[in-house]
Amino acid sequence: MTPGARPVGPPAARAGARPARPSRVGALRRGARRGLLRRWRSSLQLRVVVTTTALGLLVAVAVGTYLLDAVADGLVEERRRAALADAARAATTAQAQFDASTPRTGADVEQLAGDVVSALEGPGPDRLRGVLLLGGEDAPGRGAEDGVRVRDLASEGLTPSDVPATLRRAVTSSDVQQSQLTDLPGGGGAPTLIVGSTVTLPRAGQRELYFAYPLTSEQRTIDLVRTTFAGGGLALVVLVGTVAWVVTRQVVQPVRQAAGTAERLAGGHLDERMRVRGSDDLARLGSAFNAMAAGLQQHIGRLEELSRLQQRFVSDVSHELRTPLTTIRMAGEVLFDARAGFEPVAARSAELLMTQLERFDTLLSDLLEISRFDAGAAALEPDPQDVRTLVHRVVDFTAALAERRGSTVLVSEPASPCTAEVDARRIERVLRNLLGNAVEHGESRPIEVTVTCDESAVAVGVRDHGVGLAPAQLLRVFDRFWRADPARARTTGGSGLGLAIALEDTRLHGGRLEVWGRPGHGCHFVLTVPRAAGSPLRSSPLPVVPVGWREPVAALPAGRSWPGPGGVPGVGAASGAGDAP
Amino acid sequence: MRGRVLVVDDDTALAEMLGIVLQGEGLEARFCGDGDAALEAFRATRPDLVLLDLMLPGTDGMEVCRRIRAESGVPIVMLTAKGDTVDVVLGLEAGADDYVVKPFKPKELVARVRARLRSAGDRPPETLRIGDLTIDVAGHSVRRDGRSLPLTPLEFELLVTLARKPWQAFTREVLLEQVWGYRHAADTRLVNVHVQRLRSKIEKDPEHPEIVVTVRGVGYRAGPL
Repeated sequence: MTPGARPVGPPAARAGARPARPSRVGALRRGARRGLLRRWRSSLQLRVVVTTTALGLLVAVAVGTYLLDAVADGLVEERRRAALADAARAATTAQAQFDASTPRTGADVEQLAGDVVSALEGPGPDRLRGVLLLGGEDAPGRGAEDGVRVRDLASEGLTPSDVPATLRRAVTSSDVQQSQLTDLPGGGGAPTLIVGSTVTLPRAGQRELYFAYPLTSEQRTIDLVRTTFAGGGLALVVLVGTVAWVVTRQVVQPVRQAAGTAERLAGGHLDERMRVRGSDDLARLGSAFNAMAAGLQQHIGRLEELSRLQQRFVSDVSHELRTPLTTIRMAGEVLFDARAGFEPVAARSAELLMTQLERFDTLLSDLLEISRFDAGAAALEPDPQDVRTLVHRVVDFTAALAERRGSTVLVSEPASPCTAEVDARRIERVLRNLLGNAVEHGESRPIEVTVTCDESAVAVGVRDHGVGLAPAQLLRVFDRFWRADPARARTTGGSGLGLAIALEDTRLHGGRLEVWGRPGHGCHFVLTVPRAAGSPLRSSPLPVVPVGWREPVAALPAGRSWPGPGGVPGVGAASGAGDAP
Repeated sequence: MRGRVLVVDDDTALAEMLGIVLQGEGLEARFCGDGDAALEAFRATRPDLVLLDLMLPGTDGMEVCRRIRAESGVPIVMLTAKGDTVDVVLGLEAGADDYVVKPFKPKELVARVRARLRSAGDRPPETLRIGDLTIDVAGHSVRRDGRSLPLTPLEFELLVTLARKPWQAFTREVLLEQVWGYRHAADTRLVNVHVQRLRSKIEKDPEHPEIVVTVRGVGYRAGPL
């Protein structure tokens, strides 16, 4: 126990005075604060620990303060009672001494007063109380004889002004003992209890006698108790915090595990399960979660199985239809070839039979192709190909149809090869489809085919100036069996699966198939494939919105996002290199 | 040109129809509707060409193809109801020279059959040398150090086509046209599979071919580099 060693103040007050910091540090602190805020929002554990600790701290401080006050009050009260008794006793002793004396002169009175006061002080430097005898300085006391004056007396370290004026007034105006607590400079930080009463000196009349009791030892005790409380409270708060941390960890850990498992489940790992230990509430959560996952997996499995059966069925039906169709087709062709010798009705029937067989054939092979895509049986066989060559082949292939329709096909292409690792058969099929559609719906106006490439992708655009498509139609253009004009469609043939297959072929390449259209202004289809098979496609060297048009793309098939038109410079408008009549 | 075709197909209607079309082309058709009986029928009829359905009751088409190939180089054209990659490649690897996918046009079938029959036609005497191989074109034989290497007519045709112009690299499309008789672009896997089969017969180390060499990005050419 070291006297005078008081705690300087609460830590918060100490940390309060900070020098100004440069702005970089300020930014760092802001960043740290943001990070902390994010952690606060995301971590239940942190929140629980912080709240619990704060509440614990609050309770500890409140209880500590209350207890400390109670202890301090008790100590001071005890001391006051003892001091009052002591002062009363001392005052009585002093009065008795004064009464028994018969001084002659004022000097004698003064001598007597000094003796009594030093006797009251007690011996040595460890005096329990200081003594003051006041009231004779300005005016003679009540009942004083003329010419007899006694100077104010005070123990060492005390001055008459140390006694509060209020106390002095109370003492002089009453005969009863009075007391008051006050802070004196010599008290070492501890308050001092001053007890006052009146005494009557012989010849000099009434005087005020004060005893000063410093509460140093009480203050020391209180300080000790406070330090102990603070330490204990801090330990308690740390304990509470730790308990909260441990408990929330026990609860939060499985919750986090559940969240992680749920995320992996959502990511398609249907075999993911939670570890279940014991039989408490968390174990119940775990097993309920696992049961749910198993249920989901079973359902998904059943749906997958159904879907697989469905696809299998379509595939089987298509296959089963093929053999009889082959026979029918050959028979039809034989009849068709021999129609010259038939009656007119039979001859026309043979012709109708033939054309519809062609259609049936196309429909069936498209259906089969789609069923292969659905079954995931479609495999890419990439080979380095100059896409320009493929385009020319398709343009040549479509030439006859274009001629019948009165359309010209203009190809614009770079002078250097546009080589890409593609499956030639599939890319040709896509292009055949796009070009076929353009001729079909192009209203005999010229069709522009643009080939462009950059370092990562090759794009082919097919632009017609025919009937075009409305925004709502653009959204459906890749749907199976969808037709822009149901009334017109039946006469123009086609299976209604062409663009759906084209989209699947494009997907298989990791490419994209985009469409732009305006009613009355035609359509622009753009096929983009990465130059290296399997590498991701970021942008297309050919914007799907044609030159001269500003509006955003109305339809984005396959949910792919378009980085915005105008990013990559294309080859420009068709230069007029006609490849078809 | 000889013209006896063995049709191995379990679908009697299709078989009969095939017969009608083939006979319309002046070819003679024989029929067999069972995989187990196919080999026997083949031995009995000694056909110039086999039309083989891959889906057969009993022994399946693939196995029939393998057995016929084991004892004869006769051209085999598969009829397949599946355009699936795996089936076609397996069929070709089993020894089929060509294939048509159902439903096919009669003209397409006839073109395939004619192309395969034509290659067996007469040729002027001609001897080619490529690497350490000696090819007698008219005599339809390939020899290494005097030892004869058995090749099917198609493989022989492929080798002769390449060996006639050893300085030239052939694309698969050109080979399809010259060896298989396809006018339009067709399945280049035909070429790949048969080049592999040819290599396995004539190369000392098929993994490091010296006679039929791959030219990256183009196709194939004959002779050591």
